[in-house]
Amino acid sequence: MIIDRRQLMKTSLGLAVLTGVPGVMTVKSFASTEPTAADRIKEFTGGSEMLEGKLSLTTPEIAENGNVVPVLVEVDSEMTDGDFVEEIMVVADGNPNPEVVKFRFTPMSGEATAKIRIRLAQTQNVTAIARMNDGSFQVAANQVKVTIGGCGG
Amino acid sequence: MFSRREFLQFGAVAASTLVTAQAGLSSRSMAQQRLTQDDLLNFDSKGQVTLLHFTDVHAQLKPVYFRPPSTNLGVGDYAGLPPHLVGDEFLRHFDLTPKTPLAYAHTMVDYVDLARSFGKLGGLDRVSTLVKAIRAERGEGKVLFLDGGDTWQGSYTSLKTNGADMVECMKLLKPDAMVGHWEFTFGEERVQEIVDALGFPFLASNVVDNEWEEPVFESTASFEKGGVNVAVIGQAMPYTPIANPRWKIPNWSFGIRPDLLQKNVDAARAKGAEVVVLLSHNGFDVDRKLAGLISGIDVILTGHTHDAVPQAINIDGTLLLSSGSHGKYLGRVDLEIKGGKVVDYSSNLIPVFSDVVESDAEMAAKVVEFRGPHETELNRVLGKTEGLLYRRGNFNGTWDDLICEGLIEQRDAEISLSPGFRWGATLLPGQDITVDDLYNQTAINYPNVYRVEFTGAQLKEILEDVCDNLFNKDPFLQQGGDMVRVGGMGYSCAPDQEIGSRISDMTLLRSGEPIEASKSYVVAGWASVNEGTEGPPIYDLMKKHIISKGSINIPESQNVKLLRT
Repeated sequence: MIIDRRQLMKTSLGLAVLTGVPGVMTVKSFASTEPTAADRIKEFTGGSEMLEGKLSLTTPEIAENGNVVPVLVEVDSEMTDGDFVEEIMVVADGNPNPEVVKFRFTPMSGEATAKIRIRLAQTQNVTAIARMNDGSFQVAANQVKVTIGGCGG
Repeated sequence: MFSRREFLQFGAVAASTLVTAQAGLSSRSMAQQRLTQDDLLNFDSKGQVTLLHFTDVHAQLKPVYFRPPSTNLGVGDYAGLPPHLVGDEFLRHFDLTPKTPLAYAHTMVDYVDLARSFGKLGGLDRVSTLVKAIRAERGEGKVLFLDGGDTWQGSYTSLKTNGADMVECMKLLKPDAMVGHWEFTFGEERVQEIVDALGFPFLASNVVDNEWEEPVFESTASFEKGGVNVAVIGQAMPYTPIANPRWKIPNWSFGIRPDLLQKNVDAARAKGAEVVVLLSHNGFDVDRKLAGLISGIDVILTGHTHDAVPQAINIDGTLLLSSGSHGKYLGRVDLEIKGGKVVDYSSNLIPVFSDVVESDAEMAAKVVEFRGPHETELNRVLGKTEGLLYRRGNFNGTWDDLICEGLIEQRDAEISLSPGFRWGATLLPGQDITVDDLYNQTAINYPNVYRVEFTGAQLKEILEDVCDNLFNKDPFLQQGGDMVRVGGMGYSCAPDQEIGSRISDMTLLRSGEPIEASKSYVVAGWASVNEGTEGPPIYDLMKKHIISKGSINIPESQNVKLLRT
């Protein structure tokens, strides 16, 4: 699992969100002191290894509407006192504030499933990390493309 | 009208080692020196089930010329694979003999000469004759006729009747199911209205409502054919709300949704389906990738990218048939099923040579019913073309070059942008350009021509973005159109690179100077997906432009330089 900062670094050069007639460009710049997605993930995991396989993250390959991109996270867990998901964090590495949301669960939640719609201003990676009750972490990441569109045959 | 042109000059279609189904067609034509309807229908019939696939007709009720592309690049793992073969490469790969009817149908080699000899293809009345003949031969109880979508849009009469002409004419073919893409540009209300009265299922496994993500349409239709339980699952064009105006379908969400598709396949199998067919408007490479990802699909009938591949391709046990566009072909797959499994098959695209296939009277009358009231306007001559006018190709076509010229001259712009649509018929040198012909290139219901200023940096962003929709190495990120057409500006394109690094050497043709990132340029374009775009409709603008020119002579564009690695 590589959390790369490429997308964040590229932000000021990156793909413009085009509204109105194609070509209206939004350019954002961030102060260098803002925590990055990688910083947030490190904070959340304390640097622990993140495993893959139990967490599934569903996002569109290309956003239909960057203002409301549906994100579904599901963790394969029994959700019993002995084995449950404590918390899931979602980060989007191209957003001004990369931490999008944290969901908390208990065994009483029944299942570790959450759905949210998030705003993505440009093509970027969305990452979900789950902290299990045994202190282990599960991770999944997808790139979501934000595009101008308009030329499909 | 019904003259049966003799194919004397070029004799036979190719004897193809791959096309066993057409071996008879070859030898017989060879002997008789002419092609007949029976030759076209000659097929290695098999098993209990016949699938007929008709797709991307784009409202072409009448036969058309449609020049296959000279550039249709594949990238990454898909480079050099069908359908990314053109011209001589295509002929060699499918073992077709040059200058034969099949070579003419499938490639642009000697296109104009062969078009003059072999005539137009398509016409819904001809398609109807073939469908009726196959149903008669096989028995209705064995045949499924499936419409792959992009059926309702693309002509003057479909625009004027909100798709009613196509809906009523297609009903005579008695489709068993259909899927959609441009259908959705008529808007949610009109689509629902048509679907409710259709009489057969409009399938879309991958369309859900925006609020609760519940299915908007049926995903699956089940049929008993030849004693076999066949499930057909439908897939709409996944990027309809991105490639076309989302504001026309604000409550519906699309996407490829492979997980949902797998669930629907599993559900169909659980309900007893022995054969599962995906009727898809995903595009060829998306479906090639899906074929490897989803288990339990026997046949994918693919459309959207307008690729005509002579036979089905076997991908990890899934057959993929791509049946072209504009009514040029009727795709056929026969399946033999034993013990709930496909054990044998044969497949073929039947080229619908309009001078060879008889017109079906019932359909011909229905076509007249819709075109008749508009006949005077449809046949009104706007000008004449001295050269070949065609659209299809990754980077340009002379029809779009003409449109780009019209945009610049009629809206006093420096640069013009025209969408990379893959629909639009061809005119041969010397043909009149009629209103009918113009609408075959422009008949959309978001036609306004905008005039704005873009900086050089914005122009590069747009070109890079569209180019990535075409050449991303992951087919799931390809939207299925061609590159945006550009007038007044030249550039170089490196398809094998990544987004941001494909477009270079942008040059303003008027001055010969490089495009400057910070400088503004006046740009005219059409088919913006944004609501409230203002300006004259493209068809009005182009009517004026063609009339003002009278005689049209558009040379092959040299303005895009291709850089391959």
